[in-house]
Amino acid sequence: MTAEPTTELGLPALRSGLDAVPTMAQLGRDASPLTKKDFTSESEVRWCPGCGDYAILAAVQSFLPELDIPRDNIVCVSGIGCSSRFPYYLETYGLHSIHGRAPAIATGLATSRPDLNVWVITGDGDALSIGGNHLIHALRRNVNLTILLFNNRIYGLTKGQYSPTSQPGLITKSTPAGSVDTPFNPISLALGAEATFVARTLDSDRKHLTSVLRSAVTHRGASLVEIYQNCPIFNDGAFDVLKDRDQAATRLIPLEHGAPIRFGPAAADGLGSLGVVRGEGCGLSVVEVQSVGAERILVHDAQAADPSVAFALSRLEDPTLSHVPVGVFRSVSRPTYDDGVRTQVQGAVDAAGGPASDDDLHSLLAGKDTWTVA
Amino acid sequence: MTKTVEQRSRVIIRFAGDSGDGMQLTGDRFTAQTASLGNDLATLPDFPAEIRAPQGTLPGVSSFQLHFADHDVLTPGDAPDVLVAMNPAALKSNLADLPRGATIIVNSDDFTKRNLAKVGYAADPLQDGSLDSYQMHALPLTSMTVKALEPFSLTRKEAERSKNMFALGLLSWLYTRPTEPTERFLTAKFGGRPELLAANLAAFRAGWAFGETTEVFAVSYEVDPSPAVPGLYRNITGNVALAYGLTAAAHRAGLPLVLGSYPITPASDILHTLARLKRHGVLTVQAEDEIAGIGIALGAAYGGAIGVTTTSGPGLALKSETIGLAVSLELPLIVVDVQRGGPSTGLPTKTEQADLLQAMFGRNGEAPVPVIAPRSPADCFDAALEAVQIATTYRTPVLLLSDGYLANGSEPWRVPEVATLPDLRVEFAGSPNGLDSAGAPVFRPFDRDPDTLARPWAVPGTPGLAHRIGGIEKADGTGEISYDPDNHDRMVRLRQAKVDGVAVPMLDVDDPDGDAEVLVVGWGSTYGPISVAARHVRRGGISVATAHLRNLNPFPANTGDVLRRYRRVLIPEMNLGQLAMLLRARYLVDAVGYNRVRGLPFTSIEIADAITKLAQEGTA
Repeated sequence: MTAEPTTELGLPALRSGLDAVPTMAQLGRDASPLTKKDFTSESEVRWCPGCGDYAILAAVQSFLPELDIPRDNIVCVSGIGCSSRFPYYLETYGLHSIHGRAPAIATGLATSRPDLNVWVITGDGDALSIGGNHLIHALRRNVNLTILLFNNRIYGLTKGQYSPTSQPGLITKSTPAGSVDTPFNPISLALGAEATFVARTLDSDRKHLTSVLRSAVTHRGASLVEIYQNCPIFNDGAFDVLKDRDQAATRLIPLEHGAPIRFGPAAADGLGSLGVVRGEGCGLSVVEVQSVGAERILVHDAQAADPSVAFALSRLEDPTLSHVPVGVFRSVSRPTYDDGVRTQVQGAVDAAGGPASDDDLHSLLAGKDTWTVA
Repeated sequence: MTKTVEQRSRVIIRFAGDSGDGMQLTGDRFTAQTASLGNDLATLPDFPAEIRAPQGTLPGVSSFQLHFADHDVLTPGDAPDVLVAMNPAALKSNLADLPRGATIIVNSDDFTKRNLAKVGYAADPLQDGSLDSYQMHALPLTSMTVKALEPFSLTRKEAERSKNMFALGLLSWLYTRPTEPTERFLTAKFGGRPELLAANLAAFRAGWAFGETTEVFAVSYEVDPSPAVPGLYRNITGNVALAYGLTAAAHRAGLPLVLGSYPITPASDILHTLARLKRHGVLTVQAEDEIAGIGIALGAAYGGAIGVTTTSGPGLALKSETIGLAVSLELPLIVVDVQRGGPSTGLPTKTEQADLLQAMFGRNGEAPVPVIAPRSPADCFDAALEAVQIATTYRTPVLLLSDGYLANGSEPWRVPEVATLPDLRVEFAGSPNGLDSAGAPVFRPFDRDPDTLARPWAVPGTPGLAHRIGGIEKADGTGEISYDPDNHDRMVRLRQAKVDGVAVPMLDVDDPDGDAEVLVVGWGSTYGPISVAARHVRRGGISVATAHLRNLNPFPANTGDVLRRYRRVLIPEMNLGQLAMLLRARYLVDAVGYNRVRGLPFTSIEIADAITKLAQEGTA
């Protein structure tokens, strides 16, 4: 029997984000597998008609049964905003918290409860503006969380102000002359924050969304999934060019680990006629494959230790969405903060021979400098 | 020569020097020696916020005051009997606190022209006769230390650093302190570096020997042990007592303790202490900011742990919104505020009581939270247990208001038997508690216990109880989102009634003469100086009653009765009258304040004066 592999810190090499979560089978509840309906709460969904959040909710509800874990061990923590109403509609434990703080609250929960599968549902304002600090630190610590960032590039619940991902020039209620602010690129930000799992997908592509969720949930550590999401009321059509089949073909760049990054109309070899190559300097460029030869096309390596190429991929996105990589930019293994903290506590408890007894506590309280009054 | 030993009932010593002179360590060691002798004691460390202010300057002075006696000690003392001043800055900044006739021991080596000029002495005070009314001992502590350490291969600079041990040795002789605790401490500290151990021991012993042999000191002093309740004792600071209280509470609850905290003076030592208690199952997270600190604690509490966050005033301001969320979610949470001088950054290392109203009201909406304030360093232990008991019983955040003086001050503490501590076991919700319209069992997260009004604590992972809660107003019972006007009115009143109904002990009144007309009401760390002031006033023939409010929300049920029983009510506070405002508003009592915000604890004398004045006002 081979020993369980361990990391350099001596931590157990938990490889999946769900490794410490009980399965339906372990609980003897596999006779009646869960369905989408089981994850649908009785709360009436109150998003605007046509909101992209409906599609994401349906995708998540359909996806959760395949995890084969009980609903009771799933917790959805959200902040404030339209997307943060998400937990109410999911038949799991849910905590709708305050603006921007969901990653911090989820950190406390995930760190103290490894048996839970903890999700953070957030939006571009919630995660990148008021909660920016918590997001980057959750990513840096690599807490075992799945973070879904619904990016509609607008403040919806407060009725239409520009957000930290709104494009320059966007006219909103708070920028009647056009926004002069520079937006964040959430993928670049996450990579800069030492994130171990970074992906992007679209609300309208159920299949792609589900495949990204699958990778994200099973990743041990913090996974950030940016979901382009349409707000039909205040920023309608922000991603239309990516949803039009013809335009999408030359704009969306699907990333697949180990595959050359090619897209667009098929070339003679059956793969896309456009491709990504190393450009001048540190960046990447999009070229006609034919013009450089297929062998020069970059092969996507989501597991590269160095995030530089993933970062360069994230910079292909521009304000006009002429090129938008989607899929998993980065997925690397790094010890998680919560595993580390628990290992230290458990190690100390084990080394002392088990949980503290009354006598152990008394020794602590007394310390080493005591005197007795008779 | 033969030396006389005299008995003293009580002594107050202040060690003062440059921040780098090791005065806190010296005071701490003298305290340990004194504690082991069985004297009652109280200490007051006072140090600058700067880690190393420019050497030899007034802002760089760090001091440690110790009051020890053969009877019970309630304060670190008003005026020192002895000042040990390691440099001119220490002498200058502390001299005003000394009564005439006090003993001053200065390190004359540091009284150079340059050092004198740094603090604005035109002439050398050791020479110009300005200190003639004190018992002045100008001793070359540095050079004597260097000389004593000649046998060791240390640089002059290294040898000079042991001058605090020389001073400690001298004071230990002067007050007949046992040397064993300090020798044991040095051995543990420098065990791996024999040369430094030997040097420090040599400096310490040389200081003792100097006292014993020199003719400078003709008398040494003894202070008998103080009578105390039999038991095992130790000396403890407020921050350590608080950390241990939280640990003991989690132990008695059978739940993990999870601390989310961001470093801030003077609360950080609670984080440091708890971070070392992994063996006791304590999990600490140093958060990215104050808001994350409380978020982490709240997340852990939601998951069934004892969630704690620790901070000081500015941090409490940042945590306000999350405390409001905890009020709305009705989850147990402990928020510790070790108050310091404010507003804003204020006086980070100094004490104050000006966060009371922030603790009471510093949130949006009607967001009541129970507030508890320990009255002494050791009481921080019991206050922590009580805070956890209230939080878990009533499913509410609780504010624990310590302060900078309690945090760093110390006193002897009788170590309790663990089995005598309150039983804090809690029951999580385990099954549905209601029926839906079709008669099927459902979980209603906001159904309440009829006695406590607490809602069920249903932790994720519990089969069949999946539910959603949040900061939006919830329908009574079901917990579903509700914007119904009547429901909101009901929920606001229910949350208030729950906190109003928290069981707290009755307010005790100390009125030994039974005919007092003046009642002095205190809270928090003013307990010591108020009690001593009352003794003082009573010795002068004036009756005075005292009462101490440990529970500030809710107030004890008999508070109004107590207040109305006296002709005048005096409320000394280290703020501009915050408790006075609460009591006046609540009980319509014409209480008057005695208010100082100097960053230092009250002296008992100033409170005694205030009491006397008020007592005589009415009779004149």
